[in-house]
Amino acid sequence: MAALINVPSKAKRGDIIEIRTLTSHIMETGFRHTADGKLVPRNIITSFICRYNGAEVFRADLFPAIAANPYLSFFTVAKESGKFEFEWIGDNGYSSTASASITVE
Amino acid sequence: MISWRAIAAATLLAAAAPVLLAGEIPPDARRSGYAFMGADTRAMQDDDTSNPGMLFVLDGEALWAKKIGSADKACADCHGDAQSSMKGVAARYPAFDKALGRPVTLDQRIILCRANHQQATPLPYESRDLLALSAFIAHQSRGTPITAGDDPQAKPFVEQGRVLYMQRAGQLNLACTNCHDDNFDKRLAGAPITQAQPTGYPLYRLEWQTLGSLERRLRSCMSGVRAQAYDYGSPELVALELYLMSRAHGLPMETPAVRP
Repeated sequence: MAALINVPSKAKRGDIIEIRTLTSHIMETGFRHTADGKLVPRNIITSFICRYNGAEVFRADLFPAIAANPYLSFFTVAKESGKFEFEWIGDNGYSSTASASITVE
Repeated sequence: MISWRAIAAATLLAAAAPVLLAGEIPPDARRSGYAFMGADTRAMQDDDTSNPGMLFVLDGEALWAKKIGSADKACADCHGDAQSSMKGVAARYPAFDKALGRPVTLDQRIILCRANHQQATPLPYESRDLLALSAFIAHQSRGTPITAGDDPQAKPFVEQGRVLYMQRAGQLNLACTNCHDDNFDKRLAGAPITQAQPTGYPLYRLEWQTLGSLERRLRSCMSGVRAQAYDYGSPELVALELYLMSRAHGLPMETPAVRP
């Protein structure tokens, strides 16, 4: 699925940087019914993980009350040049990944 | 002498200016719905990495280049790079179609193109792919002033839309103009009443949690006044859309906008 990632392309060593992520997902709560009364099965993202050069720096659990197309922003410390990897995991075996690189001077 | 000249000039200006009907908003007082939003929602629209409408634009970009239908053609095969070929196009829609003899919306143009040139299965109104394509195309016009309705052939349809806009409807017996010309800047159940300037469609409504077309917005206003909403793609909705776009003449396109 489409994802929008905002990671600064350059940072100074030791800087606190903000990372913003937005991904496409319907986040169906599992509490809604169709017009003919059938329950719409739950289909949400259940967890999000961000790894910085392989090491996990941020993790979040998501729940049915979270809006569609979840937006997450968080902070980390720029330590070394490399790659941020993002992973969204959800119901029905949903998995989506994205990555962004950073140069640390 | 000088004062006489000033008066003469003022008279000339008054004669040249378009006639405003009672209740209509003067051109320099028109404001996009953006001006009515809170700071948080504005910030969400302004930053392309936090604007959820951009997710649809990305999907639309992929669809633009995808070969489909029995003609095995992609939009890009005829139209090339959308950045140049589609720039300013959405600002002219709904546009008059000579073959059909009536105006068509951007969504209808995409549906027609798919049927005639790609020989592909039609996309239903409000389907994700149709919204993604129209968002991608309209995004190329971001910042372009709206010129829809300038075509002389479209004028009768603009007028039809204006009549519908002024016509009271539904159990609440309200016309569009009663809220959007006479009472903007006030509130309805806590939400600001805007001027109904359709500058950012298709747009992401936080209430919908998805992208939606102007027709969807018009239909929800109609059920709001307890009226029977026109069907998607009906001539009445197209005429209303055309009138609203001509009413927003000169305002810059914002697609994909974010609205509460």
